Amino acid sequence: MSFIKYGDTVKEGDTAIIFLGHESMFPVKVQDGGKTQTKYGVIRHSTDLIGKSYGSKVTCSKGGWVYVLHPTPELWTLNLPHRTQILYSTDISLITMMLELKPGSIVCESGTGSGSLSHAIIRTIAPTGHLYTVEFHQQRAEKAIEEFREHEVDHLVTVKNQDVCKNGFGVTSVADAVFLDIPSPWEAIGHAKLALKYEGGRICSFSPCIEQVQRTCLALQEHGFTEINTSEILLRVYNVRTVSLQIPDLGRATEDDSTAAFDRGTQTDQDVPCVANLQQGTVQFKSGVPPREMVGHTGYLTFATKSLF
Amino acid sequence: MLCSSRSIKITFEKQWFYLDNAIGHIYGTTFEVTSGGSLQPKKRGEEMATETKEAGTDNRNIVDDGKSQKLTHDDIKALKDKGIKGQEIVQQLIENSTTFRDKTEFSQDKYIKKKKKKYEAVITIIKPSTRILSTMYYAREPGKINYLRYDTLAQMLTWGNVRAGNKMIVMETCAGLVLGAVMERMGGYGSIVHMYPGGGPVRTAANCFGFPESFFQTLYEFPLSKVNSVLSGTFSLNILPSEPEETMAVTEDSNGSLDDKQHPIQEADMECCAELAMESDQPEEQEMVDIPTEGEAFDNNKAKGTTDDKQKKQEKRRKKLIETAALLKDKDADGLIIASRFHPAPLLLSLLEFVAPSRPFVVYCQYKEPLLECYTKLREKGGVINLKLSETWLRHYQVLTDRSHPKLMMSGGGGYLLTGITVINEGVKTGDHAPQMAEEPTSKKRKLQEHV
Repeated sequence: MSFIKYGDTVKEGDTAIIFLGHESMFPVKVQDGGKTQTKYGVIRHSTDLIGKSYGSKVTCSKGGWVYVLHPTPELWTLNLPHRTQILYSTDISLITMMLELKPGSIVCESGTGSGSLSHAIIRTIAPTGHLYTVEFHQQRAEKAIEEFREHEVDHLVTVKNQDVCKNGFGVTSVADAVFLDIPSPWEAIGHAKLALKYEGGRICSFSPCIEQVQRTCLALQEHGFTEINTSEILLRVYNVRTVSLQIPDLGRATEDDSTAAFDRGTQTDQDVPCVANLQQGTVQFKSGVPPREMVGHTGYLTFATKSLF
Repeated sequence: MLCSSRSIKITFEKQWFYLDNAIGHIYGTTFEVTSGGSLQPKKRGEEMATETKEAGTDNRNIVDDGKSQKLTHDDIKALKDKGIKGQEIVQQLIENSTTFRDKTEFSQDKYIKKKKKKYEAVITIIKPSTRILSTMYYAREPGKINYLRYDTLAQMLTWGNVRAGNKMIVMETCAGLVLGAVMERMGGYGSIVHMYPGGGPVRTAANCFGFPESFFQTLYEFPLSKVNSVLSGTFSLNILPSEPEETMAVTEDSNGSLDDKQHPIQEADMECCAELAMESDQPEEQEMVDIPTEGEAFDNNKAKGTTDDKQKKQEKRRKKLIETAALLKDKDADGLIIASRFHPAPLLLSLLEFVAPSRPFVVYCQYKEPLLECYTKLREKGGVINLKLSETWLRHYQVLTDRSHPKLMMSGGGGYLLTGITVINEGVKTGDHAPQMAEEPTSKKRKLQEHV
């Protein structure tokens, strides 16, 4: 296993994702002799995990079963230990595309935070790119270094423990892209410009508040960035359900006509997955139902280009 | 640095010009289009400072009498015909507007911006990328890419865990845009099998990226109509119809026109070509030489009628086809990406067979309902977990001092995605666990949402 290369079987030292059910999963560090408790009983790493294929069903001690999955940055994002608020895959997707990241890209990031975006960047720029990430919180920086080593991607990333607003990224004229997720990004725009390649590159700043965006946009303009663009992306997830709706009783006299018409309607249109059950007085159909509550705002994403002109 | 062929006339946004002067300039350079169609590089900040310190506070005394502009239509036309720079025309319009000074600072800004857009013919030449091409296609030719919005494409690449070294299967009828996006993210490492309907794969958009030839060496293609024979193990080259190049080219064309329902195809295509050539700086001639598939057509023209060449080519095609079938037969692909104008359910159910366990797959559809069906059928069949039906909304903002707000217009729809992960399918459903998988309340998700 590695976060940048698929492996077939679970090995000692791997980070595997244990999948219990719908959106319920957690990561385990596979160790010979290790044990993990789940609600379906215990998983013994030596016998239940090591040597098994990724994607196989693992039976726990109480007879219940789980799946063992190969780690990906997306699964890691959903399961990582939070040290800060993190970016989720919806925002990460747009950031990756709009920063034009690809194998070989050199990227600067600050702060590292919990490493959710870092893992996604590393996945995308491997095997020839590099990530310079700056985190001013010493413990978080150390924890990130440790995780990158465990996930076998430490050769693709350099973590620096310093204040990006004061000391910058520690590199100059090397980056194709810069990403900022800090409270006062406008103070780091100058450093970002220095870190970007002479011939230009892309920048993105993530901020929850519009006042932050405003100051960032001003700073970007002052530093000569162009194509300044702010957007927001929202994820809508739909639950797939079979729904039954009752047919109203409009009284005996009209029943013959209306139900007959309804019946004919559904029979002629075979493609509509609509089943009229007149005996019970209900109609069934499949629907994608939005959840009662959803994430309405994560942050504004401001993108811009540095160019020679 | 640009590389471009000489003396090709490009038409773009009612302007025409030659790219000759752009050669040798760095990407991101802005040019002014002159009357002779040549491009003059323009430095930033060269703009005339429109010193209009005077401004009104509100519009209580501004009356729309249609006479505020002193210059007539003919005057403006005369200025244009004289070949006067766009900047100067805008300046003249401002000077001859009686109401300009009474307008608020904000409306003055807006006025200038509007006029600049109309009279200053300025183009910037930039490097092609998924960002640029997917934004461009969605704005200009959404019908050709099944209304796949760029943020949706971004989700596909992420949820498909597309990266260097993967063995990907891509089934798309999005003019090759999705294929190009996958190729960009893989950087020439790993392999891609491009499934195509009809006589040959359409790769118009993929060819706009300007990928090096090495990227195309790891790109395989396989006809959709042979998928079942590979799955049943009856695939052999003998049952393949011989496909002469001529018919292939024709089918490619008709494929393209099927995708496009709004425009008269010929015109739209020409226009698109011009833009693409401009945006990507990939002159057509060069594409022909650089890119294998197009290269075949080139060879064909050159050595028309030489049956020797034809046979060689067919032999090469067959060889690659055998390799591709072998790649598929291993059934160990690292991911599947589907974005087509076909019903996704049969595609998904068959093509998933080629994917290894614990790998992601992503299906795009312009409509939600077919994905509901996919969801249901996959649940019945098993072998997948973490199914998720989703959609993203994208909202753009105007950010200006004291004038920040969401943009007036946003896209109404960018399509839907069904994502999931493959697992080893043991075929038997253990009774008590299955419903729990499907309907368990999303307590974990709630927790995640609260974090945000």
